[in-house]
Amino acid sequence: MTTMTDWLLDDSPTSRVQASLGRGYRMIRLLMRNPLAVIGAVILLTLIFAAVFAPWIAPHSPLGQNLSQRLLPPSSTHWMGTDELGRDIFSRVIYGARITLMIVALVAVIAAPLGLLIGAVSGYFGGWTDKVLMGVTDVFLSMPKLILALAFVAALGPGIENAIIAIAITSWPAYARIARAETLTFRNAEFISAMRLLGASHARIITGHVLPLCTSSMIVRVTLDMAGIILTAAGLGFLGLGAQPPLPEWGAMISRGRAFILDQWWVATMPGFAIIVVSLGFCFLGDGLRDVLDPKQGGKS
Amino acid sequence: MTAISLKNLDISYGPTKVVEAASFDVAEGESFALVGESGSGKSTILKAIAGLAPDWTGEITVLGQPRGHSVDHGFASRCQMVFQDPYGSLHPRKSVDRVLSEPLKIHGISNRDARVEDMLAAVGLDRRFRFRYPHQLSGGQRQRVAIARALMLEPKVMLLDEPTSALDVSVQAEILNLLKKLRREQGLTYLMVTHNLPVVSFMCDRMAVMHKGRIVEIAPASALHDGRFQDPYTQSLYAASGGNPDRKD
Amino acid sequence: MSQSPLLELENLRVSFPTPKGRVEVVKGLSFTLGRERLGIVGESGSGKSMTGRAILRLVRRPGQQDADKMTFDGIDLRRLSERRMRDLRGARISMIMQDPKFSLNPVMTIGEQIAEALRTHERLARRDVQARVLQMLEAVRINDPKRVMALYPHEVSGGMGQRIMIAMMLIPRPDLLIADEPTSALDVSVQAQVLDLIDELVRDKGMGLILISHDLNLVARYCDHILVMHAGQVVESCAASELHNATHPYTRGLLAAVPRMEETREELPVLDRSAWSGT
Repeated sequence: MTTMTDWLLDDSPTSRVQASLGRGYRMIRLLMRNPLAVIGAVILLTLIFAAVFAPWIAPHSPLGQNLSQRLLPPSSTHWMGTDELGRDIFSRVIYGARITLMIVALVAVIAAPLGLLIGAVSGYFGGWTDKVLMGVTDVFLSMPKLILALAFVAALGPGIENAIIAIAITSWPAYARIARAETLTFRNAEFISAMRLLGASHARIITGHVLPLCTSSMIVRVTLDMAGIILTAAGLGFLGLGAQPPLPEWGAMISRGRAFILDQWWVATMPGFAIIVVSLGFCFLGDGLRDVLDPKQGGKS
Repeated sequence: MTAISLKNLDISYGPTKVVEAASFDVAEGESFALVGESGSGKSTILKAIAGLAPDWTGEITVLGQPRGHSVDHGFASRCQMVFQDPYGSLHPRKSVDRVLSEPLKIHGISNRDARVEDMLAAVGLDRRFRFRYPHQLSGGQRQRVAIARALMLEPKVMLLDEPTSALDVSVQAEILNLLKKLRREQGLTYLMVTHNLPVVSFMCDRMAVMHKGRIVEIAPASALHDGRFQDPYTQSLYAASGGNPDRKD
Repeated sequence: MSQSPLLELENLRVSFPTPKGRVEVVKGLSFTLGRERLGIVGESGSGKSMTGRAILRLVRRPGQQDADKMTFDGIDLRRLSERRMRDLRGARISMIMQDPKFSLNPVMTIGEQIAEALRTHERLARRDVQARVLQMLEAVRINDPKRVMALYPHEVSGGMGQRIMIAMMLIPRPDLLIADEPTSALDVSVQAQVLDLIDELVRDKGMGLILISHDLNLVARYCDHILVMHAGQVVESCAASELHNATHPYTRGLLAAVPRMEETREELPVLDRSAWSGT
C-alpha cells in the first residue's frame, strides 16, 4: 500500500498516466479530509447504488397495487408504510432514485456543456459575439426558473422528458455567466497568447485551453445546483407537470400524499425526506469540491 | 538577409498612438534590444510583430516575408515569443509534457516523445520534470519550459519580452546564459525587450532606445561600456541605470 | 551611538505549517538597529519580507512567529496587546510595500487617504490636517499638491503613487520605516528619485530605516549596514562599504551573477547551490 501511495505522490512522475493518477489521488485525499464532503459523497454513492440495484433492494414492486393494504403506517414489512393504492413507499422511493438520478444526470449533461461553451465563446471573443450571446443569456436569466420551466412544459406537454428539457433550458444561463466570468480573467493571459502564436486555431484554444480551466468551477457549481434541480423537478412533479403516474417520482409522490398529510403523514414525508437528504448530499459534496478544485486556491502555491 | 525589418510602423490602441514611425532592421543571427521605460511602447512593437496587436500601419517584414495583421499558422514555425511572467505564461492545469507536445500536435509533427525529451535536455531541464505541473516548478524552471515551448517548432527568430525581469538575479544569470547558448547553437535571431541596460550589455549586439513611442537612438551595445550616446534621453537613462564610468561603487 | 538601540531582535523565528510539518522561513535572526539604515538582501524565499512583517507582528495565520527578544525603543513587542500594537503600527513603525497600486484604496482621493493616515494617530483640527498633508506632499516633491490631493489612485503614475505611499507612511512621523522592495515596480529613473527621497527624509528626521530588497547594489548604495539572507538565515553581515569584500560564497555568487554595464564576460557565473548546505 505504501509503495502504491509513494508511486502516486511521486514528485517526478515518469509517465502521463502516473501524473494524472497522482493528481486525482491528491484531490481525493484533500476531499476526504473534509467530513461534510465525505458525508455528501456517501449519500450520493448510496443514491447511485439504490438506483442501480433497485430491483434487488426494493422488497416490493413499486407499481403493484394492493388495495387491501392501503395507507399502512411504517412497520417491519413496509419500512416506510404504504400509500393510498397499497404500494410500498420504500420500494417506490428506491425506484424513485432512478428517476431523480436520470433527471440530474440529463440536466447536467445538457445544461452544463451548453452553458460552458456559450460562456467560454462569449468571454473569449468579446465584442459583438459577447454582446449577442450575453443578451440571450440575460433574457433567460431574467425569468424565474420554475415559471419558465412551467411555460416550457405547458407548451411541450407534461411528462418526464419534457420536464428535463425544460429544466435544462432554464439552468444553462447561470453556467454561461460563470464560464464567461472565468474566461475573462485569463483571456488575455500570456499562455493564451502563446498558444495563438504557436498557430493554434480559436476552436482549439477554446476547447483545449479555455474550457479545461472553467470546468472545475463548473463542476462545483453544477453539484451545488443539483439540489435546486431536484427541487425544481420535484416541484414540477408536485404540480403534475413532471413525471406522470404511476411513475414513482418523489415530487409526484409528495403531491399525492398531500391529501392524507394530517392522518397518514408518512405518505408525503418519506419521499420528502429522500429529497432533502439527496439535496443535502449534493450541497455538502459541492462545498467540499469547491475547496479542492477552486483554481483561486490551487493555482499558485 | 534581414530577419526583422520595420518601416514607419505606427501602432495604436484605440484612439491613442503608442508607437510612432518606428523603423529598424535586425540582421539574421543578430541579437537586438529594444530598451525603454514602461509606457515607451517597446513591448507593443513586439506584440505587433507577433500579431497580437493588430491595429498598426506601416510595414513589418520577417525573414523576407511581409507580415499580416493577425496570427497565422505558417508564421508560427518561423518566429516565436517568450513572455515576461513565468507564472502567467504556462497553462496552470497542463503538465510540462502537454505544454511541449501541443505545438507539435498543432502542426502535425510526429515523433513527439523524442522531440520533447531532446528539448528538455536542450534547455537544461532534467527528465524528472517532464510530467510535472507548473505549480511544482520554480520561476526559473517555468521560464525554461516557456523557452522550450517557443523552440519546439524550430523557429529562426525569437521575440523575448523581458524574459528575466521577474526572476531572481542568480536565476536570471542561468536563463541569460541559456538564451545565449541556444542562440549560438541554433543560429537564432533575438529581438529582446528590456529595461535593464546591463542585460543588454551581456546579451545583445545593438540596441534601440525608445521614449514615449518613438525610437530616439539606435546604438551598438558596446556604447554601454563608455556611455557614448547622442540622445539626451538615452544619456539620462544610462546615468539612472548606474552607467557612469566614474561612479564610486 | 550613545542612546539605546531603536530595535533589538534576537533569535526571530517564523514558521508555516505544511503537510510535511512546520517549515521555518526565518531561522533565528538577530540584529540591533540604531537610528541608522539597515539593508536586508536576499532572493525570493529567503525570508527577507517575512522578517519585515514579523517586526510589525503582521505574519498571517497559520504562520507563527516567536523571538527571544523583540524590543522597539524599550517596548517589548512580543507582549504588546493587539490593540497597542495597532497604535504602534503606522504611528511609530511604518511600512512601505512593493506596489502602490495594491496599497492605496481605489475609491478614496489621495488627500483623504493621507489625512486618514494622520488622523488615526493624532487628534488635530481639520485645518491643521490639511496643512500637514500639503506640507508632506511637498516634502515628497509632488508638484501642485492641491490638485494631486483631489485625484484618485488610478489617476496617478507608478512613481507618484509610490511617493504618495511614502507621504502616507511618513506623515505620522514614525521612528522606524520598513521599506519592502519600495521601488521594484518602478522605472529606473523614478527608482533613484524615490530612494533618494526616502534617504533624505530618513536622514533629516533621524529615523531608522530597514530597506528590504533583492538588489545588492541598490542596498549597498542606500544603507549603512547589510544583512544577506539565504533560506531564512543571515549568511553575511557587513558594512555596506565592505560589501565587495564579502566572504560568504553565496554573497560572492550573487554579486558575480549580476550583469554589469561594461560586460565582457561570455558567460555569467552561476550559483552552485550545492556548494553550501542550508537548502
